[in-house]
Amino acid sequence: MNREAARRKERQPDTRVGVEAAEQKSFKSITKQTKLNINHNTPQTLLLGITGKDFTLIAASKAAMRGATVLKAADDKTRELNKHTLMAFSGEAGDTIQFAEYIQANAQLYSMRNNIDLSPSAVAHFVRGELASSLRSRKPYNVNLLLGGVDPITLKPSLYWLDYLASLAPLPYAAHGYAQYYCLSILDKHHHPDIDYEQGLKILRMCTDELKRRLPIDFKGMLVKVITKDGIKEVEYNDDARIACP
Amino acid sequence: MDTLVAQYSRPMFEKENHSEDEQMELYQAAPSLSLKFAMPPVAQPSAWLRAATDDHANPNCPIKIAHGTTTLAFRFQGGIIVATDSRATAGNWIASQTVKKVIEINSCLLGTMAGGAADCQYWLAYLGMQCRLHELRHKRRISVAAASKILANLVYSYKGMGLSMGTMCAGVTPSEGPALYYIDSDGTRLSGNLFCVGSGQTFAYGVLDAEYRYDLTEQEALDLGSRSILAATHRDAYSGGFINLYHVKEEGWVKHGFSDTNPIFWKTKLEKGEFSNVTSELV
Repeated sequence: MNREAARRKERQPDTRVGVEAAEQKSFKSITKQTKLNINHNTPQTLLLGITGKDFTLIAASKAAMRGATVLKAADDKTRELNKHTLMAFSGEAGDTIQFAEYIQANAQLYSMRNNIDLSPSAVAHFVRGELASSLRSRKPYNVNLLLGGVDPITLKPSLYWLDYLASLAPLPYAAHGYAQYYCLSILDKHHHPDIDYEQGLKILRMCTDELKRRLPIDFKGMLVKVITKDGIKEVEYNDDARIACP
Repeated sequence: MDTLVAQYSRPMFEKENHSEDEQMELYQAAPSLSLKFAMPPVAQPSAWLRAATDDHANPNCPIKIAHGTTTLAFRFQGGIIVATDSRATAGNWIASQTVKKVIEINSCLLGTMAGGAADCQYWLAYLGMQCRLHELRHKRRISVAAASKILANLVYSYKGMGLSMGTMCAGVTPSEGPALYYIDSDGTRLSGNLFCVGSGQTFAYGVLDAEYRYDLTEQEALDLGSRSILAATHRDAYSGGFINLYHVKEEGWVKHGFSDTNPIFWKTKLEKGEFSNVTSELV
């Protein structure tokens, strides 16, 4: 409520000067945010997304860390926005869940009002808009997202990569955090747009094995969910095997 | 005909259930959570607060906030154990050895305080008030999930303004069973089986994790809770004083004493032979 009110207040000066001033402020906040992003816990959370022929896989690391402590080893960093859209989030503690639940509530409100779900692409553009206006507010949300879905009408799977600067990119596969450094090369090599679910899981396994092998911090395994035309399901993902570093 | 149409049709989005004003009224049945506080008239209140209070960077700072704590809580078969130390420090100064860090929100809900003593005390008391109001409005006790979310949303609305608190909410309700939540001032809210919070958390985790099982008996659980705090008070300079021990059961919480760590330490050492690094001889 507070944030909404503040935002409304800020938008009021709609003159040219006001807009320019707001833009200048946003540059300042961008440099500040970048610094924040480096020391903050953003890189600790790993997010991965893979699309295939008829599905989208989303994986998020299970550890909830604060300082040098793992507070929870089975944390779910995803929210279901509607029957066919799932959002995974990482970033500043507090901001992540507040933003995700704000988006979730709005997506669900839309479904209730109109008796139809927003398509994944519509949700993605809505989220981007919210992030963009948040970025230009006094206190921006510091949240990075992966948004996976299957369009209930065209049955096309989709994956959207969003970051806290409100970039939006539809991609066949995507990652946030250190997963980018390790997994994108693997995905570049092994991913094809028409892979089936089993092949998708196999590539995901290659990615998580590499993360386990090379990352110095233990991220307590990945929580994996799959979106198909039938909805969202959690995947039984066995993470117990020890991966040795050669 | 027009009157008939007007009577039985309605515009698509307007007045579906309640008018917007009515909705706001429903939504704000409780007075808005954030109270009105005077903020320092600067762009970044937290930076200002840090300049005035951070004694690492600035030992001559005008305000020294009470910090440093060990608190723990864990769920087990017989309910929830909540244990804390009782020391309040302001910089290197021990401000008090008899702080009540367990806050009794109501007969079935407990909160713990770590971080800024004033912040925790004030907002947990405020949470207690909100819980009571919920009880009066809805004619049933608030769930731990809801209570913890009131606190989490409240501290989130003050994010970046320098609040400093790490708290746990523990309670048993008929709908949830034993429930434990961790809430901190960056707005994190996590449910879990076991949490330790404060400067002594690592020491407490060390002892607690090693012997924790869900099927602990009541006596084992109480002993483990108190032993974990003892470990933290021994190694963490900012923890000490008394061990405050609570057991939350279905019928409500039971207090199991506010006991001086010193005799407990020597009893543990002499009877069990632990803490063997502590000797009475002069080397």
